[in-house]
Amino acid sequence: MVRLITHNLLACHAKGCTQNNFPLQFKDVSIELKEQEVNSEFVKNFLPRLEWKALVNTARQLGDTSLPEELPDMVDDDFLKALHHVLFEIHVEEGAMVCPNCGHSYPISNGIPNMLLSEHEIG
Amino acid sequence: MSRPELVAPPEIYYGDTEATKYTNNTRIQQIQADMTYRALELLNMPPDEPALLLDIGCGSGLSGEILSEEGYEWVGLDVAPSMLEVALEREVEGDLFLQDIGQGLGFRPGSFDGAISISVIQWLLNAETSHPTSSPPHRLTRFFTTLHSALRNPSRAVLQFYPTSDDQIQLITSIAQKAGFGGGIVVDYPNSKKARKVFLCLFVGGGGGGQQQVPKGLEGDEVDGSRAKFEGRRERAAKSNKKRKEVKGKEWILRKKELYRQRGKESVPRDSKFTGRKRKPVF
Repeated sequence: MVRLITHNLLACHAKGCTQNNFPLQFKDVSIELKEQEVNSEFVKNFLPRLEWKALVNTARQLGDTSLPEELPDMVDDDFLKALHHVLFEIHVEEGAMVCPNCGHSYPISNGIPNMLLSEHEIG
Repeated sequence: MSRPELVAPPEIYYGDTEATKYTNNTRIQQIQADMTYRALELLNMPPDEPALLLDIGCGSGLSGEILSEEGYEWVGLDVAPSMLEVALEREVEGDLFLQDIGQGLGFRPGSFDGAISISVIQWLLNAETSHPTSSPPHRLTRFFTTLHSALRNPSRAVLQFYPTSDDQIQLITSIAQKAGFGGGIVVDYPNSKKARKVFLCLFVGGGGGGQQQVPKGLEGDEVDGSRAKFEGRRERAAKSNKKRKEVKGKEWILRKKELYRQRGKESVPRDSKFTGRKRKPVF
């Protein structure tokens, strides 16, 4: 159940990995689409907190090209709908997330990412 | 009752059986729900505004369900895989992560509008290995600093926990303060043995809601609406007063005799007005 909204908040937290540790790259993923009620107010509120570029790139990687390259100035309903779809309805069920900096791989199984670190990686 | 955190680390203590037991126990459900509502109250979120909350130690999603009900989006962390499995079965709405909070949280700064945690951080107070990163102060520091950065400014985090001593409270609050949090401890029903609940109420920045003051704990006697005084005793009395149903009454005897006849058994006594009657006490 890793949705892109949470993926957009995730950064690597291994020891010494403080730069260039975002976004985690998806690898060998299988995704599932699950419909969810649109909560446009939430999406609008959340917009400033998103890393837009990372979100668009990740969405494209997962095969969804409905989002524009640049964050549009005007927010209309169609855009919110597309954004809602990308944020909430794409669920990554299996695969892994790999840190672009230190290369630590966080495996995802059953929709739950394993964020545990081994002893020497704890900061 | 011994404390579960002294028995084994959480990911082992909450194995498959314990996780199901925990989730299906209605008493635990009730307590968890009450504490979640209280934590939300202390969190003091602006009304009617959608928000993303962090549920630290979400377990099987008992508290998460309430967050969903109240209209919040949430992300749950837990270190026990079995608990998360139960949460998956229950189809909770939040995103789940298998994470040890003592290792720190991996979220971008300013990600969440608030955080709650029900009965969790006492688990951080035990060292599981002798490695320096396993010492309680280290784990607490790591947890609080990463939590502080993951929260928005201003916002709040409300963490309910079960301390065994004042020293533990002292340790936790001092580390939280060093991590940059304001706020302090709120104790509900301080004089009740059973209903006493300790909440660590932490502020990032102004703390949200324009007030810096730590909210007051609930006082007075515990309000327990579900059971009246002496209810158990009354129930027991009612049970014992009721006349016990005869196990082998006339009906039962007739039924058995009928059955034997159907099976072709010989020498089944015939039915009469004396069937199933008690004999007179004759000497």
